[in-house]
Amino acid sequence: MTQRRLLVYWAGFTVIIALLIVAPLVLPEFWRRFLTEILIWGLLAMSSDILIGYTGMVSFGHSAFFGLGMYGAAAALLSTRPPSLWLALAYGLVAAAGVAAFVAYFSTRLRDIYFAITTLIFSQIFYVIIFTATAWTGGENGLNFRRPALAIAGLFSVPFDPATLHWFVLAVVTASYLLLRRITQSPFGMVLQSIRENEARTRAIGYPVERYKIVAVMLSGVFAGLAGVLYAIQNQFAAPDFVFFLVSGEVVIYNVIGGIGTLVGPIVGAAFFLLLREGFSRFLTEYYLIPVGLIFIAMVIFLPQGLLGFARRWLNR
Amino acid sequence: MEIPLDQILIQTINGIVTGMILALVASGLTLIFGIMDVVNFAHGELFMLGAYVGVLILAASGNFWLALVGATFLVGLLGGMVYLTTLRPLIGRDPLTTILATFGVSLVLQNYALWQFGPVARKIQEPFTGHFTLFYLEYPYYRLVIAGLAAAIIGGLWLFLKYGTYGIWIRATTQDRVMAQAMGIPVPWVLTAVFAIGSGMAAASGVLFGPLVGVNYAMGTDWVLKAFIVVVVGGMGNLGGSIAAAIFVSLLEAYASLVVSPAQSVIVSFVVLILTLLFRPTGLFVPTPK
Repeated sequence: MTQRRLLVYWAGFTVIIALLIVAPLVLPEFWRRFLTEILIWGLLAMSSDILIGYTGMVSFGHSAFFGLGMYGAAAALLSTRPPSLWLALAYGLVAAAGVAAFVAYFSTRLRDIYFAITTLIFSQIFYVIIFTATAWTGGENGLNFRRPALAIAGLFSVPFDPATLHWFVLAVVTASYLLLRRITQSPFGMVLQSIRENEARTRAIGYPVERYKIVAVMLSGVFAGLAGVLYAIQNQFAAPDFVFFLVSGEVVIYNVIGGIGTLVGPIVGAAFFLLLREGFSRFLTEYYLIPVGLIFIAMVIFLPQGLLGFARRWLNR
Repeated sequence: MEIPLDQILIQTINGIVTGMILALVASGLTLIFGIMDVVNFAHGELFMLGAYVGVLILAASGNFWLALVGATFLVGLLGGMVYLTTLRPLIGRDPLTTILATFGVSLVLQNYALWQFGPVARKIQEPFTGHFTLFYLEYPYYRLVIAGLAAAIIGGLWLFLKYGTYGIWIRATTQDRVMAQAMGIPVPWVLTAVFAIGSGMAAASGVLFGPLVGVNYAMGTDWVLKAFIVVVVGGMGNLGGSIAAAIFVSLLEAYASLVVSPAQSVIVSFVVLILTLLFRPTGLFVPTPK
């Protein structure tokens, strides 16, 4: 890795972040909101990339972590007056981490498709629980709540407007990206990648593979929960639909479209998917998934590396 | 809490009836998995499309049995085409890619059904409407006939695999693909045919099940999840195990719905699956591997 290529990487990073900072000031309301949503779904997809791309475990259960982050935030926002942003984050992350620990403990004993099916079934368990526990979760109707203010106790408190909300989301997603990037390059991340490449050999060298996998699932789950909290704050509701396994399926689609094992790829995949959906739903209304599904199948067959697959090595330096 | 004996008996019969339909869905799925390592996420959608094709043929001809055979055949054909276009290019890649591809197929088929048939549930008229008295209930004969028919179809499949020439080809392909090819068995066509047979079985179960509940575009989702559970609990690729597991899981769910709401009773089968995976990942109903 030459110094120059590293420079190009950081230059590109700065330009993109700068564009995203300026975006809410120039974009009309609809596209501003759209961009914020892309960032949130991108964070969710990025969290799942830790498992799919770096550890080689395809999770079909990310909707559970996302949903628990969402309902955790909802619990904090509904139970405290005035609603506190930081408490919402704390509740959401703790809820997601707890669920992730539970799921990780059981599901990491299995590999490949069995891991995928187990995570899928776990997310359905949480879906059924949330759907039927009407007293606490509002059942099918979900929960509505007010958006908290962006505040640091004793210093300042400003209500979110669309632009500050976008910047807040952008800051969280960027920080998460840098943190996850650092983690994937750390010795821990290297062990995860060696599990992906050759699990038996990793175990033979002496790494406790199961423990690494549990931590990977939890790490992934916490960031998915963070995305759930952001989504709850942005849309001011929590609904069981977001815990349904189809959301997990879409997250896997984002990863495959964007390119697994790149961290940025899943965000690009989310953007691409949401743009396609937006474009097709203009004239196909709710049937947009027909062309989107066909494109997805074609990409699985012809472009298994995803949109950013060509840059995979470069992005991981 | 006291549960009356008659309710338990009724739930036993209900459990066996749904169990037989589930066994029919799952045996198609396990056939496809066991023989070609394809995890078919679109299986529930083939089930749903089968029910819709049944509705259409029934509306055109008025004959339930024609609808059953026609839907099986047409959806089997569709399954063969899906295999040729999306799954054959993936041979030799990670089995996980087949999950992704079939997930895409299921999105397309489900939304196609929504587009073509709309969100309102359709009804399949049962071919006969007799009842018999079971305690305080008027129990329809049709339900028992479904269980019998499902058993007959599965039995037919078993006989075909055991004694039919093409069935022997299929088993040979399962055991050793390369050797089968070397012996002159057209392996690519065997794989396509297996996928078509599995799809046809899903369609048949859709038509049989249609009269019990409405036919709608989302009905496949529940069934594919249940079928996955059954296939894993029964041991992947093990036909007998899947049938036993289907009845076992359905009975458990039927009993659970006496105590909790039906929506919550599905958790029982989820828990069965997770326990199976933890303590006996090769499946509950297979001999312990040596």
